Amino acid sequence: MNPIVCGRPPLPPGARSRAALGLTAAAALGRFKLQVCGACGAVQYPPREICHRCLSGPLRWREQSGTGELIAETTLHHSIDSYFQERMPWRIGMVRLDAGPTAVVHLHGACAPAPCRVRVGARLDKSGQGVLLAFPIDEVPNMAADPLLREMTCDPKSRKVLVTDGKTGVGQALVRALVGAGADRVWVGYAEPGQQPAGVADRGLADLKALPQVTLLPLDLTDSGSVKAIAAEIGGKVDILINTAEVHRAHGIASHEGIEAARSEMDVNYFGLLRLAQEFGPVMRCRGADAPSAAAWVNLLSVYALSNFPPHGTFSASKAAALSLSQCLRAEMRSGGVRVINVFPGPIDDEWNRMLPAPKLTPEALAKAVVNALQDGVEDVYPGDVAQEWLARWEDSPKILEREIGMDAKVSP
Amino acid sequence: MVASADTRDYADVVLAAPVTVPYVRYSIRNAHWFVARALSGLIAESGLDRGDIDGLSLGSFTLAPDTAIGLTQHLGVTVRWLDYVPLGGACGIVAMRRALRAVQAGDAEVVACIGADTNHVDSFRQSLAGFSGFARDAVLPYGSGGPNASFAFLTSYYMRTYGATREDFGKLCVAQRDNALGYPHAMFKKQLTLEQYLNARLIADPIRLFDCVMPCAGAEAFLVMTRQRAEALGLPYVRVRSTCERHNAFPDDPIQMRGGWVLDREHLYGAAGLAPADIGFVETYDDYPVMSIIQLEDLGFCRKGEGPEFIRRHSFGVGGTFPINTSGGQLSVGQAGCAAGFLGLVESIRQLTGRNLARPVPGARFGMAVGFGMITYDRGLCSGAAILSRADA
Repeated sequence: MNPIVCGRPPLPPGARSRAALGLTAAAALGRFKLQVCGACGAVQYPPREICHRCLSGPLRWREQSGTGELIAETTLHHSIDSYFQERMPWRIGMVRLDAGPTAVVHLHGACAPAPCRVRVGARLDKSGQGVLLAFPIDEVPNMAADPLLREMTCDPKSRKVLVTDGKTGVGQALVRALVGAGADRVWVGYAEPGQQPAGVADRGLADLKALPQVTLLPLDLTDSGSVKAIAAEIGGKVDILINTAEVHRAHGIASHEGIEAARSEMDVNYFGLLRLAQEFGPVMRCRGADAPSAAAWVNLLSVYALSNFPPHGTFSASKAAALSLSQCLRAEMRSGGVRVINVFPGPIDDEWNRMLPAPKLTPEALAKAVVNALQDGVEDVYPGDVAQEWLARWEDSPKILEREIGMDAKVSP
Repeated sequence: MVASADTRDYADVVLAAPVTVPYVRYSIRNAHWFVARALSGLIAESGLDRGDIDGLSLGSFTLAPDTAIGLTQHLGVTVRWLDYVPLGGACGIVAMRRALRAVQAGDAEVVACIGADTNHVDSFRQSLAGFSGFARDAVLPYGSGGPNASFAFLTSYYMRTYGATREDFGKLCVAQRDNALGYPHAMFKKQLTLEQYLNARLIADPIRLFDCVMPCAGAEAFLVMTRQRAEALGLPYVRVRSTCERHNAFPDDPIQMRGGWVLDREHLYGAAGLAPADIGFVETYDDYPVMSIIQLEDLGFCRKGEGPEFIRRHSFGVGGTFPINTSGGQLSVGQAGCAAGFLGLVESIRQLTGRNLARPVPGARFGMAVGFGMITYDRGLCSGAAILSRADA
């Protein structure tokens, strides 16, 4: 019997029309968007392919404040769906959005009984699909602890986390942030000197060891045997895997001879992810419904994965390869309810980016963004101003972004 | 939007041959079997030959992958008029309206109107999952409570807004159960007490078990033909005094507290030449008791918001001050898919032809059957109603 198939947990209904996937696409970035008619301005929900007011268009997905009135609610004690049946009772409501439409929503436990004012947001559920969730207008203490909300987030609090590389500044900042966020346990991988290219000193690793939640583990992503051994040891316990291991060389094509540097980037940035995914993926997918459940897999990518940054051309290519593989991983992990989160930072303030001008993202800011992403349940994270600007340019036109970047490229004679 | 006052009447066309294929909770038969049993029931009841039936109108959710056309070959009937009306709780009214006009226009002489569905152990869940695009995109991902959840919203809103209590809904349910005890085909055969109703298992607050219909398999049917034909056959028949049908009424209401009847009731009574007080009994579409109250308000038996007071003032048994759902309604008979859209019409025909299976309403000359259905997102889109009368009324 296939252990992966037999261990598959029930998930909420994941079927959607193509029009409705716009809600999911926005929720993946932590945004609540609805269709707005470009001709008559009507805001509509549920999503359609045409404007129901004027039968015209175009329909654009626009960010919404989400404020509205909870006009009716119910607490379900029975469901036709096994995912929900296992989680009864479950509170839902109807919200008349100030923007116009009425929406059926999940209700955060802190919402007052209907009628009351609420703020609707979009989240990804365990199927990885966008759903609407109403919150109280004003924050209350421990909102993140709501069991219904926790079904849609991957909060590290009380969870066990593996950070694959603790020798980098980013890895160390992340471990501290996770401990600060209440992680129950953090395993921190480190490659023995010489197994991975040196470059980041392992000072700080010893400091991490002093934290009671932290356990250091030798882990070399270029070595299938090493990954397999660690997976055999802790794979069944990891709730959140955060792959911070990366090799970063600042080369284009013409500026460097040979392929060894590029190969070492690919070996960690792409094949390292593949080795991890093969060893940890199946067991985490089977634990997606356990309590506490395997919840998330985080990949440290780069905005250069969206469009090649020629001065760091081979690094960009390895991250693009990793992005593509992460989409495969995301599709495969979805059946287990485990979220794959991709992080796309701009230049990080580390030694590989010394030649680049500010602004650069500090490891601490990046770590905070990752923890926030887990707590908020988003799927794609673009931390910092540079990443946000790249994202905006890329959403506007990938082709123009490619040409903009290429204009700055200096090819060595 | 109001229906034209000079809509042509139905003076020369009638309804006859009420047929019920007894309901079962689950069946291993397909819907085709229930349609066939209904058709043979119509033939037996009317004394017609199969070849005399030249029109067929079918309401069903569980024929897939077939529709009405496939059923002609399944059943071995050749017709010159065919209709497929999978409109759930509205399919009886809609099928009847179209068939009346077809016969009136001479496009068919005898139309068999049949609502039939099967129910396998997993059919209900499957039919909900495939019910509508909006349900898939914007309802099922929110707890998958099905219609119970949608009507829990409406019920809680109605209770809060108009002061209805659980006891009000319970009074209706208990009265209907009493009516069902006189009807041999009702799925529920035991008395229901108010206490049992109030303390039943919670399904979707404030909806409890006896607010919900029981999905089952079965069929309901009748024939539409000219009055002359019915008289020549010696068939008891009822006349259709007026009808209405409306879809997606009041789309801007934030939550459904009224249906299309509000737009059509003036026409409904006007065309019939009757007032609400003339109606001897009402077969509401009682998929949940709150809908019965909304229908009584929208159809002019009391004003909007006065439903709770109306419930407290009246008794609803066949011998009561305001008989409703005289065979027990869906809440006590069971909901056999699209057959539920026919239940009230078939019972009305029986009441008004004196061919009762349930206890007769004393002296009733006029009855009303109501259709309602198709919650594709947050509200029932279809509403309809018909006022029927005895042949001599």
